[in-house]
Amino acid sequence: MAEVTWGLTTSHVPSIGAAMDRDRTEDPYWKPLFDGYRPAREWMAEHTPDVIILIYNDHANAIPLAIVPTFAVGTAARFQVADEVWGTRPVTDVIGHPALAAHLVESLVDDEFDITVAHQLEVDHGLTVPLSVYCPTPGDAWPAPVIPIVVNVIQYPQPTAARCYALGKALGRAIRSYPEHLKVAVFGTGGMSHQLAGERAGLINEEFDRMFLAKIQDDPQSLADLSREEYVREAGSEGIEMIMWLIMRGAMDDEITRIAETYHVPASNTAAALALFENRA
Amino acid sequence: MTKPEIPGTYLFGIEDSRQGFALNSFCASLTSVDDRKRFLDDEAAYLGRYELTAEQRQAVLDRDWVTMLDLGGSIFYVYKLAMVDGKSMQYLGGVFTGMTTEEFQAALEAGGRHFG
Ligand SMILES: [Fe+2]
Repeated sequence: MAEVTWGLTTSHVPSIGAAMDRDRTEDPYWKPLFDGYRPAREWMAEHTPDVIILIYNDHANAIPLAIVPTFAVGTAARFQVADEVWGTRPVTDVIGHPALAAHLVESLVDDEFDITVAHQLEVDHGLTVPLSVYCPTPGDAWPAPVIPIVVNVIQYPQPTAARCYALGKALGRAIRSYPEHLKVAVFGTGGMSHQLAGERAGLINEEFDRMFLAKIQDDPQSLADLSREEYVREAGSEGIEMIMWLIMRGAMDDEITRIAETYHVPASNTAAALALFENRA
Repeated sequence: MTKPEIPGTYLFGIEDSRQGFALNSFCASLTSVDDRKRFLDDEAAYLGRYELTAEQRQAVLDRDWVTMLDLGGSIFYVYKLAMVDGKSMQYLGGVFTGMTTEEFQAALEAGGRHFG
């Protein structure tokens, strides 16, 4: 039986990836953020999973305007890295896990989550930056195969926070019902507070972010109870990405242990955070 | 539930996407190296491939970022055009807030902008 062994929540800001790609992580601007990652990275390097399930959103790079899936699971054997105008990140392609991905789709649909199946998917910074946050020097291959779960957060109506949390719980059931013994890490990505456009561009709400970082561990239900309007008002029009952390949280046990955490403002226009949890009381 | 109105904030919705479909499709095309080059070679001719309204077309030619968003542009698509011009998201942030790029960056480095 497969099991979730740990969960990572992290921002996926493109400039965090660019700082690594261009060897800028020791610059004064970036050093505090990357120093903050170190304890989590050391722990994760000693706890390599068999599979990563990575929840993220596409940023107008691979999912066309024509059809906007609310939730999609990537079932391919390989996912190419998307060109995002500034060029393709110099990172290796992502290897999938088609057997577990197909099982997740079957289990989730049986559980009444009618998700989209992505047989082909290019992956943008939303997926590759969290992988680099986890493993900065992967060499020829990432440490584990990756199953992408793509969430629509850029077109209203986004799924509710409550639905994301419920999907996470169904995802946890789906993982535990897989017959092969696999250690699974779940990544919930995006956030924290930020707003790119409009007169409120540059919004940061540290108080909301700190509340969210605490409650994602011990009171996720209160975060699932917040409305979309509350997320956008408090965390900004792009801060609503944080609903994706609730999918990770739902897949884990009720009681989890915090291994590491860091919070830093700014990473370009965004409050950047990381929190790492082991799936045990 | 209808789309909430939050001052100073775009919440890109279904009606926005319908209105901005050609504009955003044009911006999406710029992720292709060949199309980027065709656009830069002759902007007006390239825009003719897309069914933009006259206002949208003019906003693109003028790089009127606020008008593009007001006419259904999504920030994630419009940003692709900004990147073709070598402009950053901090540059756009300055445009949206009436600041220079440097002032906008300094506001972020001082902990970001706070509301309410
Ligand atoms: Fe994002």
